[in-house]
Amino acid sequence: MAKAWILPPHFFWTSRGKMWKTLLTFAVHLKTKPFLSMNQYETIFILTPVLSDEQVKEAVGKFEKFLNDRGTKMIHQESWGLRKLAYPIQKKMTGFYHLFEFQADPTVIASFEVEFKRDERVLRFLTVRLDKHAIAFNQSRRVKKGAAEALNEGGEA
Amino acid sequence: MISNSFAAIPTQEETRKKFCRFKKARIKHIDYKDADFLLKFVNEQGKLLPRRITGTSLKFQRKISVSVKRARHLALMPYVADGLK
Repeated sequence: MAKAWILPPHFFWTSRGKMWKTLLTFAVHLKTKPFLSMNQYETIFILTPVLSDEQVKEAVGKFEKFLNDRGTKMIHQESWGLRKLAYPIQKKMTGFYHLFEFQADPTVIASFEVEFKRDERVLRFLTVRLDKHAIAFNQSRRVKKGAAEALNEGGEA
Repeated sequence: MISNSFAAIPTQEETRKKFCRFKKARIKHIDYKDADFLLKFVNEQGKLLPRRITGTSLKFQRKISVSVKRARHLALMPYVADGLK
Protein backbone atom coordinates (compact mmCIF):
# COMPACT_ATOMS: atom_id res chain seq x y z
CA MET A 1 0.00 0.00 0.00
CA ALA A 2 1.39 3.32 -1.00
CA LYS A 3 0.85 6.27 1.32
CA ALA A 4 0.05 3.89 4.17
CA TRP A 5 2.11 6.02 6.55
CA ILE A 6 -0.38 8.91 6.36
CA LEU A 7 -2.52 8.97 9.50
CA PRO A 8 -6.19 8.21 8.87
CA PRO A 9 -8.52 11.04 9.94
CA HIS A 10 -10.19 8.97 12.63
CA PHE A 11 -6.85 8.81 14.44
CA PHE A 12 -7.54 12.38 15.58
CA TRP A 13 -10.80 11.26 17.18
CA THR A 14 -9.01 8.98 19.61
CA SER A 15 -7.73 10.37 22.88
CA ARG A 16 -4.10 10.03 21.83
CA GLY A 17 -4.93 11.63 18.51
CA LYS A 18 -6.65 14.53 20.27
CA MET A 19 -3.54 15.07 22.36
CA TRP A 20 -1.40 15.23 19.24
CA LYS A 21 -3.86 17.59 17.62
CA THR A 22 -3.72 20.05 20.52
CA LEU A 23 0.07 19.86 20.62
CA LEU A 24 0.29 20.50 16.89
CA THR A 25 -2.10 23.45 16.95
CA PHE A 26 -0.23 24.93 19.91
CA ALA A 27 3.08 24.63 18.07
CA VAL A 28 1.56 26.40 15.06
CA HIS A 29 0.20 29.08 17.39
CA LEU A 30 3.62 29.70 18.94
CA LYS A 31 5.21 29.92 15.53
CA THR A 32 2.71 32.36 14.07
CA LYS A 33 2.18 34.54 17.20
CA PRO A 34 3.83 37.95 16.89
CA PHE A 35 6.29 38.96 19.56
CA LEU A 36 4.40 42.06 20.70
CA SER A 37 0.69 41.59 20.20
CA MET A 38 -1.05 44.69 18.94
CA ASN A 39 -4.81 44.80 18.68
CA GLN A 40 -6.87 47.43 16.98
CA TYR A 41 -9.29 49.24 19.26
CA GLU A 42 -11.94 51.87 18.92
CA THR A 43 -12.92 54.21 21.71
CA ILE A 44 -15.84 56.59 21.78
CA PHE A 45 -16.30 58.98 24.67
CA ILE A 46 -18.78 61.71 25.48
CA LEU A 47 -17.64 64.94 27.13
CA THR A 48 -19.94 67.29 29.06
CA PRO A 49 -21.57 70.06 27.03
CA VAL A 50 -20.56 72.71 29.60
CA LEU A 51 -17.00 72.80 28.23
CA SER A 52 -15.83 75.45 25.79
CA ASP A 53 -14.26 74.44 22.47
CA GLU A 54 -10.76 74.94 23.86
CA GLN A 55 -11.51 72.88 26.94
CA VAL A 56 -12.80 70.07 24.71
CA LYS A 57 -9.62 70.20 22.67
CA GLU A 58 -7.57 70.14 25.84
CA ALA A 59 -9.43 67.11 27.20
CA VAL A 60 -9.11 65.23 23.92
CA GLY A 61 -5.41 66.14 23.79
CA LYS A 62 -4.95 64.73 27.26
CA PHE A 63 -6.30 61.31 26.26
CA GLU A 64 -4.38 61.38 23.02
CA LYS A 65 -1.19 62.12 24.88
CA PHE A 66 -1.91 59.28 27.31
CA LEU A 67 -2.11 56.87 24.38
CA ASN A 68 0.93 58.28 22.61
CA ASP A 69 3.04 57.98 25.75
CA ARG A 70 2.29 54.26 25.89
CA GLY A 71 3.56 53.50 22.42
CA THR A 72 0.22 53.09 20.71
CA LYS A 73 -0.37 53.94 17.11
CA MET A 74 -3.23 56.33 16.41
CA ILE A 75 -4.92 55.38 13.19
CA HIS A 76 -7.85 57.70 13.00
CA GLN A 77 -9.73 60.15 15.12
CA GLU A 78 -12.97 61.89 14.58
CA SER A 79 -14.93 64.57 16.36
CA TRP A 80 -18.69 64.36 16.01
CA GLY A 81 -19.20 67.69 17.75
CA LEU A 82 -22.08 68.51 20.05
CA ARG A 83 -24.77 65.87 19.64
CA LYS A 84 -28.11 65.25 21.25
CA LEU A 85 -28.19 62.29 23.63
CA ALA A 86 -31.00 59.76 23.33
CA TYR A 87 -31.62 60.03 27.07
CA PRO A 88 -30.26 62.35 29.78
CA ILE A 89 -26.93 61.45 31.39
CA GLN A 90 -26.05 63.36 34.56
CA LYS A 91 -29.02 65.63 33.75
CA LYS A 92 -27.45 66.65 30.44
CA MET A 93 -29.19 66.26 27.12
CA THR A 94 -26.21 66.92 24.83
CA GLY A 95 -22.55 65.97 24.71
CA PHE A 96 -19.36 66.21 22.67
CA TYR A 97 -18.66 62.88 21.00
CA HIS A 98 -15.15 61.92 20.10
CA LEU A 99 -13.78 58.76 18.48
CA PHE A 100 -10.30 57.27 18.59
CA GLU A 101 -9.14 54.34 16.49
CA PHE A 102 -5.74 53.02 17.49
CA GLN A 103 -3.47 50.00 17.66
CA ALA A 104 -2.37 49.14 21.15
CA ASP A 105 -1.08 46.41 23.37
CA PRO A 106 -3.95 44.87 25.39
CA THR A 107 -2.31 45.85 28.68
CA VAL A 108 -2.75 49.54 27.92
CA ILE A 109 -6.53 49.42 27.75
CA ALA A 110 -7.29 48.91 31.44
CA SER A 111 -5.25 51.93 32.51
CA PHE A 112 -6.75 53.94 29.67
CA GLU A 113 -10.25 53.20 30.92
CA VAL A 114 -9.29 54.13 34.47
CA GLU A 115 -8.24 57.50 33.06
CA PHE A 116 -11.79 57.96 31.74
CA LYS A 117 -13.36 56.95 35.02
CA ARG A 118 -11.26 59.47 36.93
CA ASP A 119 -12.10 62.34 34.63
CA GLU A 120 -15.29 64.13 35.62
CA ARG A 121 -15.66 65.72 32.21
CA VAL A 122 -16.41 62.34 30.64
CA LEU A 123 -20.06 61.30 30.68
CA ARG A 124 -19.65 57.94 28.93
CA PHE A 125 -16.97 55.94 27.19
CA LEU A 126 -16.77 52.65 25.34
CA THR A 127 -13.74 50.76 24.06
CA VAL A 128 -14.13 47.81 21.73
CA ARG A 129 -11.62 45.58 20.05
CA LEU A 130 -12.07 45.54 16.29
CA ASP A 131 -12.06 42.28 14.39
CA LYS A 132 -10.89 42.06 10.80
CA HIS A 133 -14.33 42.81 9.39
CA ALA A 134 -14.65 45.89 11.56
CA ILE A 135 -11.25 47.17 10.48
CA ALA A 136 -12.19 46.71 6.83
CA PHE A 137 -15.55 48.37 7.44
CA ASN A 138 -14.00 51.39 9.15
CA GLN A 139 -11.47 51.76 6.38
CA SER A 140 -14.13 51.75 3.70
CA ARG A 141 -16.21 54.18 5.76
CA ARG A 142 -13.29 56.59 5.91
CA VAL A 143 -12.68 56.29 2.19
CA LYS A 144 -16.35 56.97 1.47
CA LYS A 145 -16.36 59.95 3.81
CA GLY A 146 -13.21 61.36 2.22
CA ALA A 147 -14.75 60.94 -1.23
CA ALA A 148 -17.96 62.69 -0.13
CA GLU A 149 -15.99 65.61 1.34
CA ALA A 150 -13.92 65.89 -1.83
CA LEU A 151 -17.14 65.98 -3.85
CA ASN A 152 -18.58 68.72 -1.64
CA GLU A 153 -15.44 70.80 -1.93
CA GLY A 154 -15.46 70.32 -5.68
CA GLY A 155 -19.09 71.46 -5.80
CA GLU A 156 -18.36 74.58 -3.80
CA ALA A 157 -15.29 75.55 -5.76
CA MET B 1 -46.61 19.92 -14.96
CA ILE B 2 -46.20 21.15 -11.39
CA SER B 3 -49.61 21.31 -9.83
CA ASN B 4 -50.53 22.06 -6.29
CA SER B 5 -52.52 19.01 -5.34
CA PHE B 6 -52.79 19.97 -1.67
CA ALA B 7 -55.13 22.90 -1.31
CA ALA B 8 -53.87 23.68 2.19
CA ILE B 9 -50.32 24.26 1.03
CA PRO B 10 -49.98 27.77 -0.37
CA THR B 11 -48.17 28.32 -3.66
CA GLN B 12 -44.83 30.09 -3.88
CA GLU B 13 -46.39 33.41 -4.82
CA GLU B 14 -48.54 33.42 -1.71
CA THR B 15 -45.70 32.78 0.72
CA ARG B 16 -42.63 34.89 0.27
CA LYS B 17 -39.80 33.28 2.10
CA LYS B 18 -38.04 35.41 4.69
CA PHE B 19 -34.34 35.97 4.17
CA CYS B 20 -31.44 37.28 6.12
CA ARG B 21 -30.57 40.68 4.71
CA PHE B 22 -26.95 40.43 5.88
CA LYS B 23 -26.37 37.14 4.14
CA LYS B 24 -28.04 38.39 0.99
CA ALA B 25 -26.12 41.68 0.86
CA ARG B 26 -22.95 39.99 2.13
CA ILE B 27 -22.57 42.43 4.99
CA LYS B 28 -19.96 41.16 7.42
CA HIS B 29 -19.86 43.85 10.03
CA ILE B 30 -22.66 45.65 11.84
CA ASP B 31 -21.70 49.12 12.99
CA TYR B 32 -22.98 50.16 16.41
CA LYS B 33 -22.34 53.82 15.60
CA ASP B 34 -25.01 53.83 12.89
CA ALA B 35 -28.14 54.32 14.98
CA ASP B 36 -30.43 54.92 12.00
CA PHE B 37 -29.64 51.48 10.63
CA LEU B 38 -30.09 49.73 13.96
CA LEU B 39 -33.51 51.35 14.27
CA LYS B 40 -34.77 48.78 11.75
CA PHE B 41 -34.29 45.98 14.26
CA VAL B 42 -36.06 47.64 17.12
CA ASN B 43 -39.75 48.21 17.80
CA GLU B 44 -41.46 51.45 18.74
CA GLN B 45 -40.54 51.09 22.36
CA GLY B 46 -36.89 50.56 21.53
CA LYS B 47 -36.98 46.82 22.19
CA LEU B 48 -35.16 44.35 19.97
CA LEU B 49 -37.37 42.67 17.40
CA PRO B 50 -37.32 38.87 17.33
CA ARG B 51 -35.64 36.95 14.55
CA ARG B 52 -38.90 35.45 13.38
CA ILE B 53 -40.12 38.90 12.34
CA THR B 54 -36.99 40.40 10.78
CA GLY B 55 -35.81 37.11 9.25
CA THR B 56 -32.23 37.69 10.34
CA SER B 57 -30.03 34.64 10.75
CA LEU B 58 -28.90 33.70 14.24
CA LYS B 59 -25.30 34.72 13.58
CA PHE B 60 -26.27 38.28 12.71
CA GLN B 61 -29.03 38.53 15.29
CA ARG B 62 -26.37 38.06 17.95
CA LYS B 63 -24.28 40.81 16.40
CA ILE B 64 -27.28 43.10 16.15
CA SER B 65 -28.18 42.57 19.78
CA VAL B 66 -24.63 43.42 20.85
CA SER B 67 -24.44 46.51 18.68
CA VAL B 68 -27.86 47.78 19.80
CA LYS B 69 -26.71 47.44 23.39
CA ARG B 70 -23.52 49.35 22.62
CA ALA B 71 -25.49 52.09 20.90
CA ARG B 72 -27.76 52.35 23.94
CA HIS B 73 -24.81 52.70 26.27
CA LEU B 74 -23.44 55.57 24.20
CA ALA B 75 -26.84 57.30 24.17
CA LEU B 76 -27.11 56.89 20.40
CA MET B 77 -30.31 54.90 20.95
CA PRO B 78 -32.76 55.03 23.84
CA TYR B 79 -33.11 52.23 26.39
CA VAL B 80 -36.81 53.00 26.73
CA ALA B 81 -38.81 55.04 24.30
CA ASP B 82 -42.37 55.74 23.35
CA GLY B 83 -43.29 56.23 19.74
CA LEU B 84 -39.89 55.68 18.26
CA LYS B 85 -40.17 55.78 14.43
